[in-house]
Amino acid sequence: MAAEGKTIDALSQFALSPIVAGFTNSNLYMLIAAGAISALMILGMKPRAMVPGRLQSLAEVAYEFVAGMVKEQVGKEGMKYFPFVFTLFMFILFGNMLGMLPYAFTFTSHIAVTVTLALIVFILVTAVAIAIHGAKFFGYFFPEGAPVALAPIIIPVEIISYLSRVVSLSVRLFANMVAGHVMLKVFATFVVLLGGLGSLGLVGAAAPLALNVALVGFEFLVAFLQAYVFAILTCIYLHDAVHLH
Amino acid sequence: MPQLEFGNPLILSQVFWLLVIFGALYVIVSKIALPPVASVLEERAAKIAAELDRARALKEEADAAMAEAEKAQAKARAEAQAAIRAAIERAKAEAAKAEAEQAARLARQIAEAEARIAEARAKAEAAIGEVAVEAAQAATARLIGVTPDLARVQAAISEVGRG
Repeated sequence: MAAEGKTIDALSQFALSPIVAGFTNSNLYMLIAAGAISALMILGMKPRAMVPGRLQSLAEVAYEFVAGMVKEQVGKEGMKYFPFVFTLFMFILFGNMLGMLPYAFTFTSHIAVTVTLALIVFILVTAVAIAIHGAKFFGYFFPEGAPVALAPIIIPVEIISYLSRVVSLSVRLFANMVAGHVMLKVFATFVVLLGGLGSLGLVGAAAPLALNVALVGFEFLVAFLQAYVFAILTCIYLHDAVHLH
Repeated sequence: MPQLEFGNPLILSQVFWLLVIFGALYVIVSKIALPPVASVLEERAAKIAAELDRARALKEEADAAMAEAEKAQAKARAEAQAAIRAAIERAKAEAAKAEAEQAARLARQIAEAEARIAEARAKAEAAIGEVAVEAAQAATARLIGVTPDLARVQAAISEVGRG
């Protein structure tokens, strides 16, 4: 898959292939991520120790990290949505991190997947807002005290900005993951291509190799950061839905 | 870019399985995985709070005992000092009394001695008169061979003694 002949093929890593009928390689990694999350949380918490071991610490840190985020962003009444935010954060985090393994498939690099997740968030947030505030929710699109004459401008802008949450959430995650993996693949291909050019090429291959080492570290940061950004934006939207400005 | 080939039916089935897996994960996480974490964390927080309370109570107890001990020590010190002061005063008083007694005894002895001396002197003075009379009688007898009359000698001696 690395370099067919002398060309750089950075995109075939994103190709879907069916495993069983409609169940793709992407879904396999989703299943692995879900299994790993369940295992971490259920097996990790099994000892129920007063002084936690390593795995239990990890499970507790994950719990407290997300719980702190929800409490801080949404408030105490937002803890109702904590399981959802936790699932979302862990699912994206594990998807991103699993993608860092060689030969693994990064399901968060698929716009269809990130759009689906963003739509789940969008629908949930809107449903929560309407459930709590009823018709008052539509006042969200026209801030109180704004001059009525400006309504024809403000309302479309507010509606567009509200709808664009789906786009910004999904495209941010998708673009970050794709860009990172393409870069890794391109520089890895450079290493292979230059390495094939004899002794001088081997020296030249050191530069992209060093760069790739740095990039891998950077990608781990991005993998965490994008999961965090997705989760915290979800929390901020939930805050808006619960408190309506 | 394979992600944007929306004609590919696998994209849709990928989304279908995503919904199934994400939904299942949500159920597992919210029903099975998270409640034990919450209860463990709560138990730990409660335990820590209880231990802290206990430690605080013990510290207060220790502080109280310490204060009591300090008070007792201060009291003991004050008592000891009072006892010392009383002892010193008593000793001083005794010493003064003894001194006074001593002085009185000495004064009495002096007075007695003086009295004795005065008596002795009087006795001696009296004796001297007699001796002088006898001596004058004897001397006169030797000188002139006449023993003068006692009364005349006595008168003459007392006249001389006065002169």
